[in-house]
Formats: sequence, structure tokens, C-alpha cells
Amino acid sequence: MSGQNLVERLSKRFGGKITGSNLDAIDPWIEVAPGGIAEVCEYLRDDAELRLNLLNCISGVDYFEADPKKAAKAGWEPHMEVVYHLSSTFNKHTLVLKVMLPRWKDDVEGELPEVQSVAGVFSTANWHEREVFDLCGVRFMGHPNLRRILCPEDWVGYPLRKDYEMPLEYHGIRGR
Amino acid sequence: MAEFFHTTCHLPAPLAYLLAAIIACVLIIHVVAVGALIFIWLERKVSGRIQDRLGPTRVGGAFGWLQTLADGIKLIAKEDITPKDADAMLFKLAPYVGFAASYCAYIALPFSDGWVAQHMNTAVFFILAVLGIEVFSPILAGYSSGSKWSLFGAMREAAQVVSYEVPLGMCVVVPCMICGTLNLVTIGNMQAGSFTNWLAFNDPFTFIIACVYFTCATASVNRAPFDLAEAESELVAGFHTEYSGLRWSFFFMAEYGSMFLVSGLAAILFFGGWHGPIPIAEPIAGVLVVVVEPLVNIGRYLLGFIARDIGKVTDGAVAIQIANLMGCLNFLLKGTIGVTVMMWVRWTLPRLRIDQVMTTCLKYCVPIAAFGFVGALFWQVFEVPTLNDLPSPIGINRSVAHESWVVEADREREIRAQAVTPSPADLPGESVGSFDSAAVDSLVMKGGAR
Amino acid sequence: MATQVDDARIIEFDVRTDEMLVNMGPQHPSTHGVLRLVLRTDGEIVSEVEPHIGYLHRCAEKIGENLTPRQWIPYTDRMDYLAGMNMNLGWSLCVEKLIEHELPEKAKHLRVIIAEMGRLASHLVGMGAYGLDLGTFSPFLYAFRERERILDLFEEACGARLTYSYLTPGGATADLPNGWLQKCEAFLDQFEPVIQEYHALLTTNAIFIKRTANIGVMSGEMAVDYGCTGPVLRGSGVDYDLRRDGEDRYTELYDGYAFEVIVQRDGHYPKDHDYPAVPKETVLGDCWHRFYVRMLEVVQAIDLVRQAIDRYSTASGDWGVPIKLTHKLPKGEVYLETEAPRGQMGFYLVSDGSSIPWRVRARSSCFCNLSVTSELCRGCLIADVPAIVGSLDIVMGEIDR
Repeated sequence: MSGQNLVERLSKRFGGKITGSNLDAIDPWIEVAPGGIAEVCEYLRDDAELRLNLLNCISGVDYFEADPKKAAKAGWEPHMEVVYHLSSTFNKHTLVLKVMLPRWKDDVEGELPEVQSVAGVFSTANWHEREVFDLCGVRFMGHPNLRRILCPEDWVGYPLRKDYEMPLEYHGIRGR
Repeated sequence: MAEFFHTTCHLPAPLAYLLAAIIACVLIIHVVAVGALIFIWLERKVSGRIQDRLGPTRVGGAFGWLQTLADGIKLIAKEDITPKDADAMLFKLAPYVGFAASYCAYIALPFSDGWVAQHMNTAVFFILAVLGIEVFSPILAGYSSGSKWSLFGAMREAAQVVSYEVPLGMCVVVPCMICGTLNLVTIGNMQAGSFTNWLAFNDPFTFIIACVYFTCATASVNRAPFDLAEAESELVAGFHTEYSGLRWSFFFMAEYGSMFLVSGLAAILFFGGWHGPIPIAEPIAGVLVVVVEPLVNIGRYLLGFIARDIGKVTDGAVAIQIANLMGCLNFLLKGTIGVTVMMWVRWTLPRLRIDQVMTTCLKYCVPIAAFGFVGALFWQVFEVPTLNDLPSPIGINRSVAHESWVVEADREREIRAQAVTPSPADLPGESVGSFDSAAVDSLVMKGGAR
Repeated sequence: MATQVDDARIIEFDVRTDEMLVNMGPQHPSTHGVLRLVLRTDGEIVSEVEPHIGYLHRCAEKIGENLTPRQWIPYTDRMDYLAGMNMNLGWSLCVEKLIEHELPEKAKHLRVIIAEMGRLASHLVGMGAYGLDLGTFSPFLYAFRERERILDLFEEACGARLTYSYLTPGGATADLPNGWLQKCEAFLDQFEPVIQEYHALLTTNAIFIKRTANIGVMSGEMAVDYGCTGPVLRGSGVDYDLRRDGEDRYTELYDGYAFEVIVQRDGHYPKDHDYPAVPKETVLGDCWHRFYVRMLEVVQAIDLVRQAIDRYSTASGDWGVPIKLTHKLPKGEVYLETEAPRGQMGFYLVSDGSSIPWRVRARSSCFCNLSVTSELCRGCLIADVPAIVGSLDIVMGEIDR
């Protein structure tokens, strides 16, 4: 199934929840609304033709440039992306889904952006979403156990955000 | 043995007893303490060879034979740590319990005909009972350590060792039944002659029993694949997780002591004890005696104990003691082979799981032991021919050897007879190479350190 | 399950037992590094296992945002430190995909040699360490005896024995030295018959089968659901190997190689070699099958190296000159997965057009494989926990990154 067909088919089924696509990229991707990702994933997994049953990876990417000069040239508004890489063990094809989020929920600093969890669709998402939450600071709604996974429970901040600063001290250990 | 020193070497009675006691002590201490050192070194060498490496090579020159001593010095120098949560008294007591139990059992273990610290009519029972005490050591250690892993180790040890006592006891009963005695010296002596007389080859059932015994013995001394109480991949180090230094090494001394003990017990109960596979020791001793007896006589002369019967031939008593010495070496060799087999198994097989260990015991070892016991019983009752009935080059046969109470009764009778007719000791005058039943009787009689 | 104190019947008629929380790790002999498993046990029975990770978190992804792709190569070595070559390969291919770099023929075969040798070295540790987990020490040393020889070969090729940094974007840091191929073949000739020993000591050993058969059974669906990959996935009977099914950029390395994916199809494993028979008591997807797949992949890797050596010695081109240290990356983002020994190792690279990536993400196979632990260990015995975790063959360096 070509990319264009797939996008049309998904748009027909999910309407506004498919918010965009880029089919010219090296890995073409489809953009999904934060509230529809679980539905879309479930459909992609169960559809007899697609059978994208393996969730390879969930990655969080922070698009933020502190330097205003560079920010002007960057070509994007500051935002957060959550990227889902799916593949099929039956048909041997892959698909990339993206969810665009604001860096902070309602632009209130400290309020984490929210996206629907897909842990109910793919069990592997459980740990991946915890990692994205831990390192990038994205809240996955409906996740059964959204805790930090790599950093200690009492760690402050989200290290893979571009404006992250290492704490000065952690339990008496010098940070920077 | 004291009797030998007293009557043959004409030492005064206290000195004779002292000498006999010293020999027994030296044997025990050396086999247990030095033996543990040697076995730990041997384990390192054997495992090294099995694993395609060299093992210790440096300490003490060739083959790293002093490695264990170096380890021991290191362990003594280490800090003796008692965890904060530990029950201090029990924690400190636990290693000694195992150590003491393991060594205590050696009291009743004969190293050769009559070479035993305490000659007991119930030696088999005594050894099993004392070995049973050893289990308290890991249980105490695990319970008092204040660590969950130690507690797991202790619980496993308790479950495992207590279960394995059952088939172990059933296996041990079979040689006792065939020989009609619990006296290890008698059991050992009844297997004199060629290896066909060994109880393991008595009938098919005893062979099965011997195999089951060795399995259960391995389990009861916690060696791989049954070393669940200290399973390092699961329980860190099991019951001795929290121990360090010398206390820790006591567990190992006890372990290696017990290993040799159960192997030695196997040797006596099933594999001829101090008797070689083919009876060459006695003829050799006969040759040796030609050399040694004049020396003994000269020594006696020089020492001045010449009052009564200078130059009198000692009637083969020296030969018997030389044969005993060789028998002792024979026994040590057999025990060492048993220990080496345990090492070989340890470095080859994966560890069983606790439920599989219990299954092995309760579903396999116990029924097989029971089956073997019943089989051996019927074999005895119906007097089915055994290998023991084969004509043996030395002419000894278990049917002519007497049960120990008979021997004791005979001995009592002879003492009484001696009291009536004051004649010299009734040692057989024949050459050592051809024993008859009377010679065996006297051999058995001379056995104890009485 | 937790015994309810207020349940009168239990207090009256049964011995009341308490559950115990036990920490297995991070300092524990059989957790393969610094994994911490919190076990909730009732006696020997484990009712719940909760893995805690992160003890070896070294911020590799954050570091990657500050280094050029070639500078980040040493950090990939330290992810799966038992198969550093395969990590190098994954990242190199990912970068090459972004800059659309084409490799010379010879470089491709060189990569196959190196990657498959890396797989050999890694599976040897996996095998030996699994023996350790089950309480047998000797196979571990046999495995290391062979692994040392592979490391000697690697040392000759790149100068390092653990953290190679050999394969880089563009090719490799150097060609194989003279005589390397002969040494490699000599090693393979010596090594191949030895595998029978491992089968005798482990695969077909009665106690080993008892300990692994029907333990930690994972269906194919469950394995896919948890994102398990590599031998763990194939041990559950899912026919999926990126060397055959992956992206073109990766599979073209293996173009024309004769190999069959090691997986049970219609109840049979491939029969191209004299493998030991599958015991009756095993179930597809249990620990034994995961181990068996790994052992068969060792033989497969030997075959592949042999083929690659033949092709390499006649191939045209050079060994692939590395890209410049500060090669300017085009704007864009790529994701590429390769079949590392422990599963699919994925790298996600976002570039903003400078020579330093905007975002680097490593998708770790062990991370996903480990996440299934709590599901597999539910209701097993304590002794099964090392058996199950060991059969997943995890490396904490890769999980925590």
C-alpha cells in the first residue's frame, strides 16, 4: 500500500485525528493527534492488511532553541514530538507515526504536555513511555505506572529537554 | 592398637595407650584439618584442569601446594564482621557447630583395621547421628544472619538435609544388615579379600544402593548439584552470605571434612574399606616384616624393654600392623577418590532447583533405596549366591567371618580361658599370607584400641 | 498471594505465612550487571517481580546531542559492551542512511565478517553466563577460551578488545591486516567441532533441560506485544530476522548469502547442520528454546563468516574510508534497526543540518526484552528467576545507555 493510500485511508477512518503527513522524508511519517494515537495504533495493529504488530520504539524529541538568533533560522516553532516506530513481523514493513505536542501544557511552564498512552495496545510501550516521560517530560494519559525509569525517582527535571540544566546538587553529590 | 604396643612391643600399659591415642589423634587431625587443606587445594587444581586452566601454581613452589595455607592466613587476617541485625551469639556460634559436628564424627571412623579413635559397636549410627547435627550450623547461620538470602539458604538446607537423611539411612542399613553389625571395623573386615567381596558387588541391589548412597551423601553434604543452600546464582552465597574471615572458613573446613567423611563411609560400607581390590597388601607386609621385625626387635633391645622374652618372634603382629598401615593408605585413597568424584560432578553439572532436589529425594532416592533394601534383604534371606562365594585367592569369605557380638563373645571366652590357663597370647603362628577363619577372628579381635 | 490477616479460616486452619520483599541486585551474582529485581516471595514462590533499571545510565543520548556522529561511535561501544562491533554497525548504517552514503563492495563484506564474529563472541558469553546462572561454572570458562581468540582477532584488526570503535560511518577505521583472514578461518575450523561440547554440557544435559524446559514460556504474540526481538523472539517461534526482513540498507549487506533464519517452523528447526534434537519436555518459547536458538545462531554465524571471507577476498573496492569527523549532516531524520546479537538495535537520528545531531535515540533490544520479565516470572520459583532473566541474555549497558 503506498503512503498516499494509507494516509487517505486513515484520514477517512479517523478524520481529524490524522493531522498531517510527510511522505517525502527518508522515513515517511504520519502525524496523529495526541488524543487519537491509541486508536490509530490499535487499528494499525489489527488491520488484516497492515498488521503493524511490533512497536519498535517511542522517542521524544524536543524542538527548542534558547538562542533567539538560531531560533529564528530553525524553521520551526518550539514544540515537542513523540515518534512511534512501528513494524510488522508478517509483512516486513514499517511505519512512523508522530504526535506533535506543545512544550508545556497550555504554555504553563512545568505542566507536562499530555498524550494518550498506547500501553494498552502494545505492552512494550509501558517502559518506552516511562522512558520518554522520564527523559523528555511527556505525560502519557492512561499509562498504568508512569514513573521515572532510568533516573532516580526524586530526580528533578527532564534531561533530554533542550533547556534542561543539571541540578547543582543531588543528595550531597555535586552536579555541575 | 594399644594391645599391640603393650603385648608385642612390651611398652608399659600407660605408654602403650598413650601411643595408640596419639596415633588416632594424629590421624584424625591430619585427615580432617590437613585433609581439608589438601582437598581445598585439590578442588582448585581439579576444577582448574577441568576448566582448561592451571589453578594455583605459585605458592609453595611447585603446583601451588601451599595455596590453601596462604588463603587461610589471608582469612585469619580478615576482619571478622558481625552484621548489625544479626543475633550475635548464634551468629558466632554457628560455624563452630558445623565444624565440631563434622570433626566429631571422625571419632568413630576407622582408618584401618582397628585404627579408630573410639571403637564403637554402633559406629554407623554414631556417625549418622553426629552428621545430622551438622545441619544446625547452616540453619543457625542463616537464621541469625539477619539477611533474607541467608534465611532462604537456611530453609533450603533444613528441607534438603532432613529429607536426604531418610534415603541415606536406608542405604546405610543395607551393609549393616548384610554384615549383621553396626561396627564399622567389622563391616570393613568382612570385605577382606579380592574386590568381589566388597559389599557394593555383593548383589545387584547393593550396587544400586551404593549409587544411591553416594548421591544422597553428596546431597547431605551440600555439594553441587545439590548445593542449594549456598547457590551463588540465586541466593548470593546462601547461609554464609554475611560471614567473613575465619568464621567463613570454618564452614568450608566443615564442608570438606564432611565430604571426606561420607566418602570414607562409602568406602567402608560398600567398597572394601581398607582392603585393596586384590589382596596384595598382606603378602607385601609379609615381605616387609622380614625387614622390619629385626629392627623392632633391635629397637626393643636398645630401649631396654627386654626383660621377659628377648628375641622372641612377634608372631606376625608387626606384619598385621604394617598391613594396617597400608590399609590406612588404601582407605585414604578410596576416600580421596570419592571426594574427587564429588568435585568432578560439581564442576560439570548445573544445579538442580529446590523442588527438583526434593523430588529426586522423595520420588526417586527413597523408593530406589527401599527397593534395594528389600532386594538385598531377600537376597540374604534366600541365600542367593553372591560374588562373595567365589573362591578367593586369599581364602577369606564373609560366611566365615563372624558378627561382632560373636567375636566379642569369643574374645571374652578366650580371656576367661587365659585366666584359667596362663599361656602366652594365642596369636596364630602361620604365615600371614594364608588366613583361616581363626586368623580372621583374631584379626578382628586385635582390632580395637582396647 | 497475600494472606489476609482478617480471614479467620486461614488463621485457624493454616500456617500463616507472610510475604517477603527481597532485593535481587543491584549487587547480585546473577543479574548480569546492575539490574535490581524486587521479588515479592512467599517462601520459594515468587508472586511478583519488579525490575528496576537505571543504575548504569550514562546519558549516552544526551552526549550524542553534543558530538558528531563519528565522535559518538565510542559511546555505542559501551552500550552492548559484549557486542560493541554490532553497535558500531547499527549507528554507522543509521548515519549512512541519513547522508546517503554508498559503501564499496569490499566494505560490505568486511562488515558482515566483523558483525558475525561479534555475534559469535556475544553469544559465547550469553551461553557461558547462562551456565553460570544455572550453577555450572565450567562452560563459562570454555566460552571465554573461545571468545578470547575472537578478541585477539579483533585486537589485531582495530587495537581494542572490548570497545572497538572499528566500524564507523563510511566504512571502517582500517582494513583487515594481512593474514587476518587465514587466522580467522583457522579459528573457525578449531571452534566449530567444539560446539558439540557445549551441547553435551548444556543443551542436552538432563539437569539443564530440567531447569529450562517449560520455564518462562512466552508465546509468539506475547513476545511481539512486548517488543521482544532477536533470539528471544525467534525462540518463541516468530520468523523475523532483520538480516532477511530489515531495511534494504541493512539487508543488502547479506545479499546473496546463504542462511536460514533460526526459528522453529512447523515444529522443526533448520536442519542444515547436525543439531541436537529438541527434547520432548520443552515447549516453544521457554528458556530452553531461547538458549537453543542462540546456540544455533553460533553455527549460523560461523557459516556466514566463512561465506563473507570468500567474498571479501575477491571483492572490489576498498574497506570504506570513514566520513570526516565533522561531516555536515543533511536536515532530516532517520531510523534504522539492525539485528544485533541480543535483538534489534535501533538508532534514531534527527539532524538540524549541522554536523552535530539534534537528537540521538538508541532503541535497545535488551530494554524491551527485559520488560517482559515481570510477566514471565510471575508464580515461578526463586531459582527460576535467574534462569528466566539469563535466558533473555541482557546487558545492562545497553538497557540503561
